[in-house]
Amino acid sequence: MTNKNFKTIGIGVAFSPNLKANLYEAARLSLFFESKLVLIHVGEKSDEKEQQILEIIKPFIQDNLNYDLVFKTGNPVDVILSVSEEKKVDLLILGALQKENFVQYYLGTIARKITRQANCSILLLIKPSVERIPCKHIVVNGLDNPKTKQAITTAYYMSHKLQSKKITIVEEITKQEVAVSVDDDKSLRKSDIIKARLKMREDSRVHQIISEIPEDYKAQIITKTQSIFGKRGYSIGHYAQFVRADLLVMNAPSKTSFWDRLFPHDIEYILSELPTDVLIIQ
Amino acid sequence: MTPKKNNIALFFKQLPKNIFSGFVVSLIALPLGLGLAMASDAPAIAGVITAIVGGVIVSILGGSHVTITGPGNGLVGVTLVAITALGLEGAFAAIICSGVLIMLLGFLRMGNLADFFPSSAIQGMLAAIGLIILGKQFHIMFGHKITRDNTIDYLVEIPFTINDALHYENTGLIYAAIAGLISLAIMIFYPKLRNKYWHLIPAPMWIVVLSIGFSYYFELALHQDNPIAKEYMIPAIPTFAEITTQLPKISFAKIGSLAFWGSVLSLTLIASIESLLSIKAVDKLDPERRRSNVNRDLKALGLATIGSGFVGGLNVVTVIARSSVNVNNGGSNRSSNFSHAFFLVIFIVVFSSQLTRIPLPALMAILVYTGYKLASPDLIKKIFSVGKEQLIIFFVTLLITLKFGLILGITAGVITTIIIHFIINKNVTLFLRHWIKPNVLMFKEDDDKSNYYVSVKHFCTFANFYRLKQKLNAISTDNDVIVDFSMCDFVDHTVMENLNNYQSAFTKSGGHFDIVGLDMHDADSKHPFALRKIVAVPTLFGYNLTKRQENLETIAKDYNLIYSADKNKNTVFLDPFLFFKTKQPNYIYNELEDVNANFKLFDIEFSEGEFIAKEVVRTSMLHIDLNETIPVFSLDRETIMDKVYAIAGFTDINFDDHQDFSKRFHLVGENIVDIKAFFTNELIHFFECNPYYHIESNGSSLLIFSKQRLASTKEIKALLDFGKRLKVVIPKTH
Repeated sequence: MTNKNFKTIGIGVAFSPNLKANLYEAARLSLFFESKLVLIHVGEKSDEKEQQILEIIKPFIQDNLNYDLVFKTGNPVDVILSVSEEKKVDLLILGALQKENFVQYYLGTIARKITRQANCSILLLIKPSVERIPCKHIVVNGLDNPKTKQAITTAYYMSHKLQSKKITIVEEITKQEVAVSVDDDKSLRKSDIIKARLKMREDSRVHQIISEIPEDYKAQIITKTQSIFGKRGYSIGHYAQFVRADLLVMNAPSKTSFWDRLFPHDIEYILSELPTDVLIIQ
Repeated sequence: MTPKKNNIALFFKQLPKNIFSGFVVSLIALPLGLGLAMASDAPAIAGVITAIVGGVIVSILGGSHVTITGPGNGLVGVTLVAITALGLEGAFAAIICSGVLIMLLGFLRMGNLADFFPSSAIQGMLAAIGLIILGKQFHIMFGHKITRDNTIDYLVEIPFTINDALHYENTGLIYAAIAGLISLAIMIFYPKLRNKYWHLIPAPMWIVVLSIGFSYYFELALHQDNPIAKEYMIPAIPTFAEITTQLPKISFAKIGSLAFWGSVLSLTLIASIESLLSIKAVDKLDPERRRSNVNRDLKALGLATIGSGFVGGLNVVTVIARSSVNVNNGGSNRSSNFSHAFFLVIFIVVFSSQLTRIPLPALMAILVYTGYKLASPDLIKKIFSVGKEQLIIFFVTLLITLKFGLILGITAGVITTIIIHFIINKNVTLFLRHWIKPNVLMFKEDDDKSNYYVSVKHFCTFANFYRLKQKLNAISTDNDVIVDFSMCDFVDHTVMENLNNYQSAFTKSGGHFDIVGLDMHDADSKHPFALRKIVAVPTLFGYNLTKRQENLETIAKDYNLIYSADKNKNTVFLDPFLFFKTKQPNYIYNELEDVNANFKLFDIEFSEGEFIAKEVVRTSMLHIDLNETIPVFSLDRETIMDKVYAIAGFTDINFDDHQDFSKRFHLVGENIVDIKAFFTNELIHFFECNPYYHIESNGSSLLIFSKQRLASTKEIKALLDFGKRLKVVIPKTH
């Protein structure tokens, strides 16, 4: 897949207090990326509902928003997934719920299931807002994985389109990679050497990827690489939260089985505790 | 990395010092070993066997540097239970099995086992062990052997025993009680008498020497029997030949019973926790700031325990008091542990028959003192100052341990801590949801300073501290570290205490360790542990000044100095001095400082050693910042002690053309050529015609003091005057 841009953006429409904010975010992105917006509502079609939705996105329609409104009944997860496939949606937007203490965000069960099963990229929004909040800092993973190139390229594309200023590429170095357990001064020295070597290796790999990205995407963007030590998939969220990033771009996991949910790793960690807006690249 | 050949050369260079310190340690290990074994109802020699086997095996295979191994005081209670329930032969089998388990812990890399227990619960458990030892031996110390089922009964009956002792009519018992009391007095007052010759022999050995001398006095001078009752003397000790030829019977008959495995588990738990805590504490004392490989040490301790069990010894553990004595006497590698074992063998070969001249009450006085130190009121005061809830955890653990045993006690401590955490936060989900999450992120900041940044999320308590610890251990201590708790809702006392240890370790090796993000918690007032740890700075002299302090104020006026009576914990400037390599400055106070802050006279409280070998010393010192480079040296009056030390490898620098100076002064330092150049004729004449002071240089400043006690106002004036005149004659390097 060479999607340098998202041609079709999908969003599930539910009549919740967040409806307006969600729709505004989705419509804004569609205009930024010059893509078609597919609005999916799970339920009976009615003029009243249609009117309500159109009323909200009216300002964007005036700006020539290309949109499509789909009504379909059934199981929300199945409907959204099947419509997305039908309409060739390549970015699906999902809203997160905020917890009582207003600090942490998490995904509802429906959004979670969709995230796990979807074949397209997913954008999880933690704080949709009617006013545009500029995206200033994007954090993207730099894992040694075939999908990483795509993720980094997309991150540059996004920041180019959204006029974000800074990208941090995070290389997660796990304990398994260091493979020396620190017992005393001697093993500590050894692990320090290995870590420095790993950091250099990761840096050169990431720089290789960056060098292949078109120059006009890279213009006026500050790029930083950062290696962190922690649990893969979880610590990058922690880091994004720490640097107050506006968007975290991650690879989609290769597969999630029952066991992955029981012993969470990678994406499951992020889903349980959203640090910021998250874009999962398929 | 340094080449291997160098290491061997260094090893041999340090060997004499290590043999010497091993000898001093063996002087303590002998009476302690006998006493601990007797207190556990094992044959007295078992304790010495434990120390010998432990010293040999752990010194060869272990992973720590300056620790001493042998029978541990924490194990007295459990060993006693094991011997009562299984008999001596069964107990040896349990000891062997626990050795296997300890070894297994080492192979499973469970060296962080001790981190999973809240520190207040561990304190409570240790205090309970202290009370068990104290409760039982107190009666024997007074010549009043009793047997009770419950440890609490022993404690309750202490007043009755004292009362009985006051009404003894049997002279044998009176002498026994007097021997016990005198020994206790020696243990208590030993650290208070700062005399070089008195401190040449450790307190427990004084007790041994004096009681053997007493026995000979009656035998040879008065031609009478020893007046202490026969049943209160150490029972016959087998000769070395008997120990090596007659191995004890070991019975695995009870291996199927619950009591057997209960004992094995308790022995394993206590032995490993005591060892791990001791290793952690001794690493703090190591002047070279090396880290011990705890997992390797556990394997060695396990193997040593197996060996010890087979030849009739007890569990081998790392012991804190003996290790700290080792450090204070110049022990620098594992050969000192080996030599301590070697000297114990010599003692047994040569003196085993003399040991029966030691009265039991005298030996038990050592244990009573040990027990008291484990459960001292100071400890309770300290815990209370951290927080009332810590006191609850402490007492719950203490009482349940006394009543139901160690395993239940520590379990109760852990559960109480968890419940208290729930109550304080009024939130259970915080802990349940996030417990298994890898909540610690570490990265090296990419700017020019390249700090390590460690951010902790959700909560950080004893239950998940190992994650943070793992990250912190992977940073060498000369780096700058920032630990950020701003995303963390709750930090408990165990974590704060451990971080405090990291802080001092980093500061000592020239790194920095900052904790940030707890200010928010301050306002929350939801975090009493963290709060009190940070804010608590008791104002000791805030209310009014003593007579001495008023005098100091006058001196300050006369000499144009600035006076401050407050406690100042910023003692970093003392760390580079040789003198403080093995001593821990607690704080300085009563500071007299000149306007440029080059001249500083202060009172200081520092401590050396740990546990029963711990001594707190207050003295007055003068610190002169020279603002230029001079060689590192240490100068003191030459004494007979130094001649002894010289044999052990502490070399004295002498000047051929200054015989008088060389004879009277003891000068040591690494760089002999520079030091010889630095000590000009003028400087040497100055030292020759002025009073003696201990003078140390750390390369850019001088530390001057005389006695190991606080100076009087007159002495302070003399010290100030000496310092000023000395500064004038110091050769200028440029």
